[in-house]
Amino acid sequence: MVEMGHFALVLALVLSLVQSLVPLYGAHKGDARLMAVGGPVTVTGFAMIGLSFTVLTIAYVQSDFSLVNVWENSHSLKPMIYKFTGTWGNHEGSMLLWVLILSFFGALVAAFGGNLPATLKANVLAVQGWIGTAFLLFILITSNPFARLVPAPIEGKDLNPILQDIGLAVHPPLLYLGYVGFSVCFSFAVAALIEGRIDAAWARWVRPWTLAAWVFLTGGISMGSYWAYYELGWGGFWFWDPVENASFMPWLAGTALLHSAIVMEKRSALKIWTLLLAILTFSLSLLGTFLVRSGVLTSVHAFASDPSRGVFILGILTVFIGGSLALFALRASSLTAGGIFHPISREGALVLNNLFLTTATATVLIGTLYPLVVEALFGEKISVGEPFFNLTFGPLMLPLLALVPFGPLLAWKRGDVAAVAQRLMFAFGAALLVVLVTFLFIDGASVFAALGSGLAAWLVLGALTDLALKAGIGNVAPKVALRRFLGLPRSVFGTALAHLGLGLTLLGIVGVLSFEKEAILVMKPGQVLEISSHRLRFEGLQPVRGPNFTEDQGRFSLLSPAGQPFAEIMSAKRFYPVRQMPTTEAGIKTIGLSQLYVSLGDETTDGSGSVVVRVWWKPLVTLIWGGTLVMMAGGFVSLMDRRLRVGAPAKRKATDKKPSPVAT
Amino acid sequence: MKTKLPAIAGFLAAFLVAGTALAVKPSEMLADPKLEARARLLSEELRCMVCQNQSIDESDAELAADLRVLLRERLVAGDSDEQVMDYIVSRYGEFVLLKPQFNLRNALLWATPLLLLLGGGTFVLLSARSRRRQEPAALSKDEQEALDAILRKDA
Repeated sequence: MVEMGHFALVLALVLSLVQSLVPLYGAHKGDARLMAVGGPVTVTGFAMIGLSFTVLTIAYVQSDFSLVNVWENSHSLKPMIYKFTGTWGNHEGSMLLWVLILSFFGALVAAFGGNLPATLKANVLAVQGWIGTAFLLFILITSNPFARLVPAPIEGKDLNPILQDIGLAVHPPLLYLGYVGFSVCFSFAVAALIEGRIDAAWARWVRPWTLAAWVFLTGGISMGSYWAYYELGWGGFWFWDPVENASFMPWLAGTALLHSAIVMEKRSALKIWTLLLAILTFSLSLLGTFLVRSGVLTSVHAFASDPSRGVFILGILTVFIGGSLALFALRASSLTAGGIFHPISREGALVLNNLFLTTATATVLIGTLYPLVVEALFGEKISVGEPFFNLTFGPLMLPLLALVPFGPLLAWKRGDVAAVAQRLMFAFGAALLVVLVTFLFIDGASVFAALGSGLAAWLVLGALTDLALKAGIGNVAPKVALRRFLGLPRSVFGTALAHLGLGLTLLGIVGVLSFEKEAILVMKPGQVLEISSHRLRFEGLQPVRGPNFTEDQGRFSLLSPAGQPFAEIMSAKRFYPVRQMPTTEAGIKTIGLSQLYVSLGDETTDGSGSVVVRVWWKPLVTLIWGGTLVMMAGGFVSLMDRRLRVGAPAKRKATDKKPSPVAT
Repeated sequence: MKTKLPAIAGFLAAFLVAGTALAVKPSEMLADPKLEARARLLSEELRCMVCQNQSIDESDAELAADLRVLLRERLVAGDSDEQVMDYIVSRYGEFVLLKPQFNLRNALLWATPLLLLLGGGTFVLLSARSRRRQEPAALSKDEQEALDAILRKDA
């Protein structure tokens, strides 16, 4: 059984080699039969990797400790869901998931790329094949999940307790769907460079792939953030940790790509830039994989002491990034730049968006890599942490966010800022009101808090204004406006939703950063804590036994003004004996959009049952992740847009003859 | 050190070194709320040396606790914020600072965002200007006459 999975993986490598070479040669020679090999080989490769992954999953579920990988990362007493998700809760398994998703995307192109020009499709599949070959080799040579252990141990070493959480089921797959989804954009870009031209099919295809990858990556990052928030026990939602940055950089670049792809699709301008961004975005995904997988982040020396994996991925990184950029340098001049536009136009706004987003990406990149550079060059260790990013990334985001509502309202080709500003008067006035109200009426509101809330309101109202104007609300009869509203293209809704979600996320961040309340104290059983007009009573500590852990549960009651308990919060300290590791399980109670967050510390030694408690009131915190869900919904709605579903450029002749619903 | 954890979850585990639960303990806190607030702000900018990318304010490691106590001792002794930071850097090195110093070695780090924004902005402006120059020139007299002739024919 296990050997079948191993064998399937080797077969997948062979298929991947065929996929890398045959369609490419076919496209070069113009041989339709050779090009047609690409599709079936890609789909079969996906099936082989799928089989291999299934076999590994079964080994985990059955606790087959004859596999080194299962033995090192599983335990027979582990709850079933974590046996399942534990498949990718380790280096080898997560790399297998990586190539599984890569081959999945390749298979999607093969299956649905029927309307692509044959040579483009063949080249795209070949480039996907190169990536697949590189990573399958990496897995088989340095990180084989099917390595055996003789004799097989009776019991496993258990999964890291922090990972024994539902977060592991959601976060890595979503994140990889995003990371690896950008490989399709990359393959399209490289294929276009090989062919030396960017045609209409290219432009139409790249945007939905970018959008889909972006939706997944947004979800992956957001779920990771919430996971860290409740699991790590001090309620932070973003740490500017290098591993987080590794996923944030492709997101920023991908967001830029998303916007420039719109210009390319609609106006066939910015072609070369979009191509470069597609290459850069996936390069950053690869860089992220390298940073996390090689161990280089812990220390340059840790990397040097066990370099096999790191060097291998570094090789992949160099070949793909260097190769694609060299190809770009060689071929870009032969591509035609299209579309002329005035600086003040929708295109101009999107260029500005790209300028800020790519600068922000570079800022995160240099902040992440600088300590490595300094250590390698000067042998000194420095840290680049949150204060650096607050001082650099923050100021870059402010103008970008302030300009967001203008973008969708500007006309293509040549826009009129004054007219747009006039249309945004209401949103601006309301945002100003929010600033004043926050500053004057909320206790302890700083200038930052007031301006931040105002900016968030500006984003939300700006998005709504866009929808209202396009539906003609206020200009035409309500009935007509409603019909127009429902008839708006879905991409318009998508844009508005995504920008609105951004505003909500910002509001959540501002809420927590400026109005958070914290209490650190020793609580005796029965003691009541008042925090931000909530009354919390500590009921006592109670030892409980779980399936593969023991825990001390601290019970708390929320009291009504009359002193009656109406809700319970349970916060625990767990201990996993196999790994000898403690974890905290924060007690979280959601009240409206805000949360009360309770974390337990050590018990006092005087025998009174008192315990150190840290309690936070986190106003509007749920909006941080709620906003990202709205952004994802925006991306999803936009993907459902007619022109993307149909695939081919919509022929308008048929519909033009009928009176449009707006005119009736 | 081999990473055995999934890419993204790796950093979660990195914090494990720091143990779990609470960072600042009630017993460490200063009686003077102003001084304590200063201590909290300063400790957010100091790195826990044995953790990955975690400030001493958030960390539960013993070394972080030692640093928190040391920091508060200096504050009680009447040091200014800068004096406290200088003292801690002199003992633990620049690695302890989460905000890198403004010095020549870090110039590239601090300057990159601004340089890129200015450079990119200039490039965009220049290319917009050159693009405007490419805009089609007005029709010559002959062309205009030819066009008028065609239009007349249509009418």
